[in-house]
Amino acid sequence: MARITLDKVEKSFGNVSVIKQVDLDINDGELMVFVGPSGCGKSTLLRLIAGLDQPTEGTIAIDGKTVNKVPAADRGLAMVFQSYALYPHMSVRQNLAFGLENARTPKAEIESRIVDAARMLEIEPYLDRRPGQLSGGQRQRVAIGRAIVRRPVAFLLDEPLSNLDAELRVSTRAEIAALHTRIKSTMIYVTHDQTEAMTLADRIVVLRAGRVEQVGTPLELFNGPANAFVAGFIGSPRMSFLAGTVTAVTGERAQARIGSGGTLEFVTTDVPVKPGDAISIGVRPQQLALGEGEGSLAAAVALVEHLGAETIVHAVAGEERLMAVLQGQLKIKPGDTVGFALAQAPLHIFDADGQRLNAPVEG
Amino acid sequence: MGRIAEFIFRRRGGKGWHWTDIVTWVWLIGGLIIMFGPAVWLAFSSFKTPQALAEFPPSLLPYVTQTVQVEGYDKPLQLYDATLPDGSTAELAQVRRIGVIAQLVDPKAPGEIVKVNIKDLKPVQSIGFATENYTEPFVHFDFLRYLWNSVFVTTMATLITLVVNSMAAFALSKYKFRGQSAVMLVILATLMVPLGVIMVPLFSIINALGLFNNLWGVILPTVATPTGVFLLRQYMLTIPDELIDAARMDKASEWLIYWRVVLPLAAPALAVLAIFSVVWRWNDFLWPLIVLSRSSLYTLQVGLNVYAGQLNVQWQFILAMTVVTMIPVVVVFVFLQRFITTGIAGAGLK
Repeated sequence: MARITLDKVEKSFGNVSVIKQVDLDINDGELMVFVGPSGCGKSTLLRLIAGLDQPTEGTIAIDGKTVNKVPAADRGLAMVFQSYALYPHMSVRQNLAFGLENARTPKAEIESRIVDAARMLEIEPYLDRRPGQLSGGQRQRVAIGRAIVRRPVAFLLDEPLSNLDAELRVSTRAEIAALHTRIKSTMIYVTHDQTEAMTLADRIVVLRAGRVEQVGTPLELFNGPANAFVAGFIGSPRMSFLAGTVTAVTGERAQARIGSGGTLEFVTTDVPVKPGDAISIGVRPQQLALGEGEGSLAAAVALVEHLGAETIVHAVAGEERLMAVLQGQLKIKPGDTVGFALAQAPLHIFDADGQRLNAPVEG
Repeated sequence: MGRIAEFIFRRRGGKGWHWTDIVTWVWLIGGLIIMFGPAVWLAFSSFKTPQALAEFPPSLLPYVTQTVQVEGYDKPLQLYDATLPDGSTAELAQVRRIGVIAQLVDPKAPGEIVKVNIKDLKPVQSIGFATENYTEPFVHFDFLRYLWNSVFVTTMATLITLVVNSMAAFALSKYKFRGQSAVMLVILATLMVPLGVIMVPLFSIINALGLFNNLWGVILPTVATPTGVFLLRQYMLTIPDELIDAARMDKASEWLIYWRVVLPLAAPALAVLAIFSVVWRWNDFLWPLIVLSRSSLYTLQVGLNVYAGQLNVQWQFILAMTVVTMIPVVVVFVFLQRFITTGIAGAGLK
């Protein structure tokens, strides 16, 4: 069991800085998900924790012990790689045993651990096959099995589901969640898929360009994204952003005009605003409903997607693009002008730099 | 069978002949003759008697002039179809030849000598295999000793080549270090230095190390080959780094990673290099000739050289022994050609 602490960790390759001043505290038994667009440094961060790369600056500690100088093999961590990285020339059994043999584990112990892991992951029938003879899902289990038999203090998973087809991804995701509940080890899970992050994580770390944008539980990030990047990244379909201008401020309340259309009233808490400030108003497509009158926004429908249970409407209001996921089957056609009840929806207000202005909204 | 024939004889012109059909056939048959002809000639000629080898124009098949034992002559005499001055023909045995006139006798009536111009003679020949070309060297020539030396040199050199080259290739493909590409470049650059250039200094080194007249003196200078390093490196670059990271996480030492992960995965490339190395070392002539001066240490290729004297070259033995020394290489190629082609294609090497 392990608590992993990163203190001002930096990593650069030559002149290229890929990890900038990352502070993180991963609790014992927690399933922490690193999420971010590709190239944001999440895999590099995982490799730094694993010990496969060395940080340029800062310290990494496991259970309070600095491990910067400890080689990867001795950190007590196990890693599941994106490509699974199973040894193709060894049978599944040998794959599972390889790490234990290197650690000079007694033969009987190795055998019993393999049997346990194989039973847990339901890979018993394949123990004598080579990885090449297994399907993607089976290989995935073997890769996880190879990590489990090591009895690591923490698991590091690097985009473990990205090579699976959509259906298998959902079921394997559930299995990983179940596995975490059962073995209660610390897990660090890297993904670029925000759905995976939302469904699996105890806490999520959102990374962009080597920097931590926000750390929090899935719902904290969903309800109170600290900035426009996190707001856009978490949630699917993506949050719509509307540009606006502050027109009047009274105390903590402020009014704004959106594009050419409606007027909105909102509460600023974190950052004070003054009239004339440019702001960005974010609204989640699922939380937007049709409606006319006060606080509504008229928009021209550009595209309608009928999914049966819900209807996705892409609309344009002036310069701004807007998306709404509406329940039921609606008779809206492209070219129609519809009103969206903006003021009634939970709004996320960001300043010109993308920093959040209002308090987290309720789901 | 019919489908194979249909496949082989399929023409672009359909029923007729397109010009590319003709070019293709000429090219393929010409290529077959150029590539395979010398080998066929070698194999057949190795069964020829010295006389048949010296014959002009040369023949492809080994013909033997028939001889006959004639009363009153100690040695068997060669038989000829002679056209006699009166226009009739007879089968006569040649006793001796003086200038352009041959003296012949009728084997049935050996008393009378017939004189015939040699341009009116045609030897009576039949196909015959001079197997003594093969059997005699095994008796007089120290074939087994040379064979043993060749096998020893080839096996040892190949084993060491595989180990040394794969280690270098592993380092050059999987470790990042300063000057990595410079090292690779230097190794590749040595490809351009021919043996002739380094022969003398190399000999000094071998001599100084006391390896002159020692099989290890033949083996050691050949084990580090730039071609081998390059071939293996190119192959190892295709082994995913994640596998090596996985092995590191699995507590494998760098040696174990090399031995248990990289080497088994590089097996196809190793097979190619092993084949190449066997062929190179087996066929090596110049370097063993320089290092080995005691005949008990000769490899086969050097040993064959004893048949090429200053004045007299015993071609029949050279040809026969060449065929024998070719057999292992041919066998290697026949059975492992699959590896060779995939390996060459995989390494992008010629």
